[in-house]
Amino acid sequence: MLLQIKNLHVSINGKEILRGINLEVNKGEVHAIMGPNGTGKSTLANVIAGKEGYEITQGEILYNGKDIQKMPPEVRAQEGIFLGFQYPVEIPGVSMTNFMRTSLNEIRKYHGQEPIPAKEFLARMAEKKELVEITAKLTNRSVNEGFSGGEKKKNEIYQMAMLEPQLAILDETDSGLDIDALRIVANGVNKLKTSENATVVITHYQRLLDYIVPDFVHVLFEGKVVLSGGKELALELEEKGYDWIKKETEKR
Amino acid sequence: MAQDEKRLIEEVTQSEYKYGFVTDIETETAPKGLNEDTVRYISTQKNEPEWLLEHRLKAFRKWKEMEQPNWAHLKIAEIDFQDIIYYAAPKKKKELASLDEVDPELIDTFNKLGISLEEQKRLSNVAVDAVIDSVSVKTTFTDTLAKHGILFCSFSDAVKNYPDLVKKYLGMAVSPSDNFFAALNTAVFSDGSFCYIPKGVRSPMELSTYFRINAANTGQFERTLIIAEEGSYVSYMEGCTAPQRDENQLHAAIVEIIAMKDAEVKYSTVQNWYPGNKEGKGGIYNFVTKRGICKGDHSKISWTQVETGSAITWKYPSCILSGDNSVGEFYSVAVTNNYQQADTGSKMIHLGKNTKSTIISKGISAGHSNNSYRGLVKMTKRATNSRNYSQCDSLLLGDQCGAHTFPYIEGANKSSIIEHEATTSKISEDQLFYCQQRGISQESAVGLIVNGYAKEVLNKLPMEFAVEAQKLLSISLEGSVG
Ligand SMILES: Nc1ncnc2c1ncn2[C@@H]1O[C@H](COP(=O)(O)OP(=O)(O)OP(=O)(O)O)[C@@H](O)[C@H]1O
Ligand SMILES: [Mg+2]
Repeated sequence: MLLQIKNLHVSINGKEILRGINLEVNKGEVHAIMGPNGTGKSTLANVIAGKEGYEITQGEILYNGKDIQKMPPEVRAQEGIFLGFQYPVEIPGVSMTNFMRTSLNEIRKYHGQEPIPAKEFLARMAEKKELVEITAKLTNRSVNEGFSGGEKKKNEIYQMAMLEPQLAILDETDSGLDIDALRIVANGVNKLKTSENATVVITHYQRLLDYIVPDFVHVLFEGKVVLSGGKELALELEEKGYDWIKKETEKR
Repeated sequence: MAQDEKRLIEEVTQSEYKYGFVTDIETETAPKGLNEDTVRYISTQKNEPEWLLEHRLKAFRKWKEMEQPNWAHLKIAEIDFQDIIYYAAPKKKKELASLDEVDPELIDTFNKLGISLEEQKRLSNVAVDAVIDSVSVKTTFTDTLAKHGILFCSFSDAVKNYPDLVKKYLGMAVSPSDNFFAALNTAVFSDGSFCYIPKGVRSPMELSTYFRINAANTGQFERTLIIAEEGSYVSYMEGCTAPQRDENQLHAAIVEIIAMKDAEVKYSTVQNWYPGNKEGKGGIYNFVTKRGICKGDHSKISWTQVETGSAITWKYPSCILSGDNSVGEFYSVAVTNNYQQADTGSKMIHLGKNTKSTIISKGISAGHSNNSYRGLVKMTKRATNSRNYSQCDSLLLGDQCGAHTFPYIEGANKSSIIEHEATTSKISEDQLFYCQQRGISQESAVGLIVNGYAKEVLNKLPMEFAVEAQKLLSISLEGSVG
């Protein structure tokens, strides 16, 4: 099992946001997480990636069988966890090229590999740029600086393509994308899919799941996974709305 | 020695202060203390002409009447000017005819500094004049430069070989009584570099000086004079390091630049004197006066500085824009960490018509350090239709450090425009996390972000320097977060 989350409780400033999450992701799988605004989807993603400021009060996060709670975020990344940010951050003056090379080389160093030769790096950039149909103009600029909303999201997928992570968590990568961009991003994700890696997509729109077909859909509500099912669940959810979920949970 | 070697390697591989080694070179030093005899001793050691001794003595007498300035935003422990050795020269075995004859220990030092003269000679297109303690040791490439009529040599050699030029221009930009430290330098300066670019010549290579303080208890007072004749161009680089010592060491240099009509001088500095340890013990006191005169019309002087070292930095590279349509530029990155203090900036004095100046200053403070920008932009009555643009940005790492901006503006004519922008920012948690999520450690992330922040200035450096400067920025901020 690639990722196993057991009874995870997380608080921010003493306020409980995640209230007993259970989730299992195997290699080769695609999972979708849906749920209304403010239910803790990004919180879950951030906690898996190791962001500071969250208190895990109960439960475990196992990655490749290892408890990663004490692992610094960069080590989690080096171990193959990738987070596509809901709000990608701008880093003025740092070129995408420099950023990616630094990133790639630090990950390689962790695995005892030499820095990537310049030629190989450039070839890789060219290949991945094509995959997500991102222009050289963007990769020559500073990290996300002045990128449009959609460009930022594409740039996240481009980075994912460059780093080839084992577990990619994409936090609303589809929001703000036009139809073409959505197709491109989804295509990118599909092409990167292997039997050795897994993807968790967080989304509000069933539409994305027409392109990226999930093996499992989970509905997160008030800090808990209240429903899990196959891809049909997304359709049902779209049809009935979150009120339906509310009633379902109240019934229990 | 083996033990020393080991320690040395350790020091060099740990990044705290990579240049903190001492080289065992026999030195010839003046007795401690400063009086007229010291000044005479230095002048005699250097076989100087009478006029230069007089020049020194005059400055010394002025200095005695002056007081150390205290207007800067700096806390300076009292300096005992009588407890300093004002002259230290590597003991000469005999006159040196070629590089092979230079003291092997000295060559070794240069190798450790990464500026092996041999390497430099073979691989790069940079002419180097290395000043260790007080004496200029060797100037490479002199012959190549001579073909173009460029004079590039130690200051002492210039006094010997081109006394008329030295006499004409010495003190033109920085008068002996300009300020306390300038007067001190004028009295006791020991060596430095001299550079003369004749009319219409573009220097075919970057010229470079490397300064290093080696001997204990010594002050270093070097003097640089650059003269660019009509229509000439030169790019000049200055680098500096010093060994790690518990006591503070004084460095008070003067750089003067004269640019004639249509001439352009680019002066780049990477200042990496020993900054003191984590608790603020030791380190270099760096009091430097740098000034250029854009004498001719359409002349241009650019100062670019990356200041990462020294316990205290007091430095305001300035331009006097005397020629019409002349241009002055100042690009600065100043990093302070631990207990370092920097009070640095620029003065742009607009005298000519249609003169233009730009000031871009990036201050980065971490630890318990204090980093101030201090600048003066002055438009005189005659300087009609002139412009200045100043941008002063401060970046804070942590909440124990300070950043300050002291811009002074004097505008005496209505047709000129002075623009000033200032920002203060912090590295955000989100930026750090974003980098970390891409596998980049917090420390590297800070280096990356800071380099991005300073990019506008780093881009102005010659290639050879830019790479070193980038590394320096990251290294000097190590341990500042987390
Ligand atoms: N730093 C913080 N301080 C206080 N509350 C926070 C903080 N971060 C998140 N929260 C709260 O935690 C809850 C969950 O936020 P989270 O961002 O995980 O929601 P989400 O499911 O991703 O929502 P959306 O669909 O709008 O992206 C929200 O109520 C939010 O206000
Ligand atoms: Mg969210």
